[in-house]
Amino acid sequence: MTTLPEPGSSRASRFTLHAFASKWVGERLEAGLVPVLILVAVYMPFAYFVVPETNALHLSLFGINLIGQIMCFALLALALDLVWGYAGILSLGHGVFFGIGGYLMGIYLLNGAYAETHVLPDFMQYMGASDFPAAWKLLSRLDVTIVATIIASALVAGVFGFVTFRSRINGVYLSIITQALTYALMLLLFINDVGLGGNNGMTGFTRIAGFRLASVPTQIGLAVSSCLLLVAAYAGARFLARSSFGRALIAVRDDEPRMRFLGYRTHTVKLIAWCVSAVLAALAGMLYVPQVGIVNPSIVSPQLSVEIAVWVAIGGRGTLIGAIVGAILVNGLKFWLTAQAPAVWPFILAGVTLVIVVYFSNGVWGAVKPAGRQRGDISR
Amino acid sequence: MSSVMHDTAIYISGLSVSFGGFAAITNLSMELRYGEIRAIIGPNGAGKTTLMDVITGKTRPASGEVFLDRVTNLATLDEPSIARLGIGRKFQKPSVFEALFVRENLELAIRNGRGYADMLRSRLTAPQHERIDEVLDMVGLASEGGRIAGTLSHGQKQWLEIGMLLVADPHVLLLDEPVAGMTDHETERTVELIARLRSPQRAVVVIEHDMDFVGEIADLVSVLHEGQLLGEGSMDHVRNDPRVIQVYLGR
Repeated sequence: MTTLPEPGSSRASRFTLHAFASKWVGERLEAGLVPVLILVAVYMPFAYFVVPETNALHLSLFGINLIGQIMCFALLALALDLVWGYAGILSLGHGVFFGIGGYLMGIYLLNGAYAETHVLPDFMQYMGASDFPAAWKLLSRLDVTIVATIIASALVAGVFGFVTFRSRINGVYLSIITQALTYALMLLLFINDVGLGGNNGMTGFTRIAGFRLASVPTQIGLAVSSCLLLVAAYAGARFLARSSFGRALIAVRDDEPRMRFLGYRTHTVKLIAWCVSAVLAALAGMLYVPQVGIVNPSIVSPQLSVEIAVWVAIGGRGTLIGAIVGAILVNGLKFWLTAQAPAVWPFILAGVTLVIVVYFSNGVWGAVKPAGRQRGDISR
Repeated sequence: MSSVMHDTAIYISGLSVSFGGFAAITNLSMELRYGEIRAIIGPNGAGKTTLMDVITGKTRPASGEVFLDRVTNLATLDEPSIARLGIGRKFQKPSVFEALFVRENLELAIRNGRGYADMLRSRLTAPQHERIDEVLDMVGLASEGGRIAGTLSHGQKQWLEIGMLLVADPHVLLLDEPVAGMTDHETERTVELIARLRSPQRAVVVIEHDMDFVGEIADLVSVLHEGQLLGEGSMDHVRNDPRVIQVYLGR
């Protein structure tokens, strides 16, 4: 499809705010996102070790840790945009996959802690366990844990998606089911007998892949890894979205029956995107947990899952880059404002969401993105 | 035309469909033949669209048989399988993918849902591109390939949807009210287009309310009423059938 003329190029000459924004912000941001993220990744160790603390360009470990967490959230938002923005599946339960990654990582990290200290985690002692669970020892290596996370998240997503998509459950019904799923998982994880730490979750991690978790290079390494994984995931998702398969997703989103009557098994198309998205969300959870040092049921709370959708909506769905921009903006604002004025933060988030929904139906990115390719647009 | 006997494309026998006690189609038997343009007319609720739903796998019959080429039992297959057998369906409301380019709409149609992994990287083959060009030309959208489908006029969307069926070279083409909402000029062009769809390897079926349009395109007209076949024959024959006049034309 290389011979297509660019639509809309003729009317771009008229000066409008959107034309201005798309030329000076959108095009630059789209071309610049990957280099900027790589630059951030390279800059973080430099800013900590080389730039003196008195310099404004110095980054504290707290700041680097924050960037790492935000990158994980951006990856989570990217995962949701793939299914919501492209395939039209609004998941209000992506925390489930984030949680799968987080909890499996937690188990791996506790393996490391136990091997080092030979002290059972508090919650196991409390439950009266005398030995480290044998099944947990399966996840004593990081590479095995990564593979297990990918398989587990894809499997859970596969089973859930197969059942719901085949039954042709769509739209708000599917959203409600996903929300119920994450709520149910949270309630399950609250129970001590489930053996995953109950209300308090798992903490007391010491090492990851042999490196001390508390050490500065490890924390910086995790933040850098989060950045780079986001870059890789963005590149992959962009490739997927721009392929013929991506167009099939858009077609399924806009008119699923038409696709069926063209010979497409639309539930398979949706299932593929759904599983890819679940794996990305799980990987985000894996990187998030060692950076915050704890995993507890709040990671699968309905609130977080809804927030992911808010990030994507604010950034602009169906654009990939919008999800990343939205997650970075909202979480950056959140970290800043919850420190400055914690009481007003919920009102500000609600206000920003309202303004975006009313005035920019395609989100922040929708307002500035390049005019050339508009196929991702939903509101037409 | 109708004097020549053609092979049966779709064979329907003793078909009944009901929705929660309401009988949409009752004991309907008919044959749709290759090389023929058939119109199905009838008042609202006569079962015309339900018949298309059954042929395309959207609705399961309560009883009766629906066969393609007298060998493939369509009642046991789902929509994508039936579509891949070469049964194309155009909806009443133009259903094109408005967010995609016109050409991309045809690209999705020509891939026909085969090979999802292949869709990640492979481009279309040269013959597929040629076929898309040919169809674009045929439906009068030769210069619109690079437009976003959502910006097409109503009539152009209808043609694009017909084009999406044509790229896959369907054996059976089912068109549900293809000229609804069209201007007179657009209707004329659609008549020409449908006349060109006639092929010895293809059965074309048109559901339509517009009698003049039906008279212009159809070889054979089947009249449905309350889920049953009321009459069948040439337009003149049907027009003069007293029962048909009573339930439909005379009103």
